[in-house]
Amino acid sequence: MDYRAGELKGGIKLRATVMDIYRLLPKTNCGKCGEASCMAFATKLNEKEVEPIQCTQMAEKEREKVEDAIAPAVREVVIGTGDKAITIGGDEVMYRYELTFYNPTALVIEVSDDLSEEEFDAKVKTIENIEFERTGELLKLSAIAVRNKSGDVEKFAKATEKVKNSKLPLVLCSFNPDAMKAALEIVGDQRPLIYGATEYNLENMADLALEYKCPITLFVPHDLEKMKELSYNLRSEGINDIVLDPGTYVREGTGDTLDEFIMIRRLAVEKGDPDFRFPIMGVPAVHWIYESGLGTMVDKGIREAVTAAKLMNSYADILIMHGTEIWELIPVLTLRQGLYTDPRKPQAVDPGLYTFGELDENTPVLLTTNFSLTFYTVEGDLKSGDANCYLLVLDTDGRAVDVSVAGNQFTGKAVADLIKESGIEDKVSHRKLIIPGLGAPVSGDIEDESGWEVAVGPRDSSQAPDYLNKIKEEAK
Amino acid sequence: MDQMSQLLKLLEKTDSIEINEFRMDFDELELQIMPAVQRAMRKSKELQEKTILEASKFVPPLETYPGKVEEVQLGHGKRKSVYLGGQTALYRFEEPQPNPPVVTFDVFDIPMPGLPRPIREHFDDVMEHPGDWAKKAVKDFGANMVTIHLIGTGPKVMDKTPRQAAQDIEEVLQAVDVPLVIGGSGDPKKDPIILEAAAQAAEDERCLLASANLDLDYKRVAKAAVDYNHAVLSWAITDVNMQKVLNRYLMKEGLTQNDIVMDPTTCALGYGIEFSIDVITRTRLGALKGDTELQMPMSSGTTNAWGSREAWMKNDAWGPTEYRGPIWETITGLTMMLCGVDIFMMLHPTSVKILTEIGNTFTQEYLSTELTDLSEWITELEN
Repeated sequence: MDYRAGELKGGIKLRATVMDIYRLLPKTNCGKCGEASCMAFATKLNEKEVEPIQCTQMAEKEREKVEDAIAPAVREVVIGTGDKAITIGGDEVMYRYELTFYNPTALVIEVSDDLSEEEFDAKVKTIENIEFERTGELLKLSAIAVRNKSGDVEKFAKATEKVKNSKLPLVLCSFNPDAMKAALEIVGDQRPLIYGATEYNLENMADLALEYKCPITLFVPHDLEKMKELSYNLRSEGINDIVLDPGTYVREGTGDTLDEFIMIRRLAVEKGDPDFRFPIMGVPAVHWIYESGLGTMVDKGIREAVTAAKLMNSYADILIMHGTEIWELIPVLTLRQGLYTDPRKPQAVDPGLYTFGELDENTPVLLTTNFSLTFYTVEGDLKSGDANCYLLVLDTDGRAVDVSVAGNQFTGKAVADLIKESGIEDKVSHRKLIIPGLGAPVSGDIEDESGWEVAVGPRDSSQAPDYLNKIKEEAK
Repeated sequence: MDQMSQLLKLLEKTDSIEINEFRMDFDELELQIMPAVQRAMRKSKELQEKTILEASKFVPPLETYPGKVEEVQLGHGKRKSVYLGGQTALYRFEEPQPNPPVVTFDVFDIPMPGLPRPIREHFDDVMEHPGDWAKKAVKDFGANMVTIHLIGTGPKVMDKTPRQAAQDIEEVLQAVDVPLVIGGSGDPKKDPIILEAAAQAAEDERCLLASANLDLDYKRVAKAAVDYNHAVLSWAITDVNMQKVLNRYLMKEGLTQNDIVMDPTTCALGYGIEFSIDVITRTRLGALKGDTELQMPMSSGTTNAWGSREAWMKNDAWGPTEYRGPIWETITGLTMMLCGVDIFMMLHPTSVKILTEIGNTFTQEYLSTELTDLSEWITELEN
């Protein structure tokens, strides 16, 4: 039985089918796109594996129709140009398991134009350099937001000038059209995200978005009716690269903000409302207004991280934050990594025998499972700890150690088979296997089935290199 | 009316007027001036309509659901009661949930030297006695519930007897008046025996027995719940079908939807939380769609977050664990809460505080809360 939310949708069909797309293609099966037939090309278009432009046999008008047909429920908006461009939006579904989420949430940190020169430069440098490696991937921030705290046109332009050559794309935050114009005169060719248009400056900001061909954010706090009106108005002027900010309310206002984020996304995905089919912005940085005088920097940092996670879980495509503490950003970066992994791709690595460092017949043998998160974590730890060892990777259908112990994929028999099939018995002279701490419940079972002696290693593989060193010392 | 227009017209080019011997009834004033005001308003609206085009009408995207989540009562008699579940919609703007999410504090029957330091420092003085520990969780940190983990009954831990387990339960029951979750040691052979003894010791108190799963004698756990009036935690490992099978088996043993809480398994942030998101979302959607085998409240073992190295491991490049730990636990729980989870097993006071604060907004109507003004955040934010 399948629980896809689609069954609740009341029969609204938003996405074009392969047949819908095929009807718009030349149907000549010329093969110039590299596909065997137009039908094959249509299938790949539907899966987003190819681009309409790869078909050279369509006139521009025809191609636009195809592009329209395959446009995602949420429009993709590009911020920045060239190497430093990022894309936000592009989602098709309400729930990750239905397909996947596209384009990881952009994490943006704001810099105030009212900081001293040294403070400003230091914060920009921090934002550009923050990185955190986990499971073989380097996680980084996405963009810099220049904030017109001073309210001064000159100061805003000056601050913008300073980040002109940053390696990250820009968001320009001011409600003053004069300040925005001054900044756009400097970086308008870099496609910064304009923040933002409100009901009070809509015309002027819209003109700037058109003049400089930049994406624009609509800030309409706590009023979706008005947001729809203003979005319609921007669209009527031919502006299509829009980002929606319904306001980030925290603490007792949390519920209303969650409601508004979810309503916007549901209107886009399930109702196909053209005024809401845009990426959503959240501003966790507001914790630095609410709690002035209350709470410490630490409280604000903790709450900002939690708000960022909350909104990312509720469809935020771009977040503006204030804090640059690494302990605050690590959990947010980690959540983003998890939410945006593709559930259609197997979360497993190839089982078998892996090697680390220099090997001989006395090299210790470790065991883990083939869940990719587990494997890459163990691999990273063994490498960074300069360990010399064999690593047997057990096929648990991509399950973690504790999960596969409970689910009976991690058993004595399975480990014994792996030992035999891997040929490890020809490579080492000893018969001693080190298993993860969480595998302890099956240690006896493994000994019975394989005839190997089993040692229960640490629960966390960060301790594995130390553990191996200790064994080595003891052996001497 | 015409006179009024003429008067207003006259006044257009006038900076100030002086009125001599003026007298007018109040009612009259209202009657006379209203049309002029209305006209002025109409005019300003016309001006606005020139720039702001009218979009199609905004309609909140509400759905109706054929199914609902059943309510489970924990705590009975003189003990405070806590209700879980009862949702009739997926989102708050469709229908606020009748009961807020609940946090239950983890307490152990042994001192647990392995607990991370940020937690130990809050409970160091009470860890020798589960009753004192529970009391502190309720009194100092506002716990809605307490989970007593009978870790000491594990054959490889202290191998405490069922009788000793029953005594620990009695101690905690006497120390606090909130409902209890009773957990075993995780030993599939001994847990059913221990839970049975604990259930008997807590007869008619409506505790939550944790847990029944397919790897142990779930019939014995279910029977203990039926015999002594408790609810059962039905634990499946990130697998909706396994959850349905287990729930079906438990209901065959005499438990109803109102006696079961599901634990679909919480994988911690960074350690597969996305799998839990998928399974929990599908479970709740299934319930609202009408699948009677999934219409129970859900639980999260949020404390799993503390197993993540990012939460506990000392590493200067990552900043202090005092902050990392609580954030890791909060975000793990919060993510599950946004997927529909009703009860959270947690350890750190800060995490509990933030999670409870957010959860309490889930029972409020959309647009019923007074909000602060955000319109000038660009200038109002600190540097």
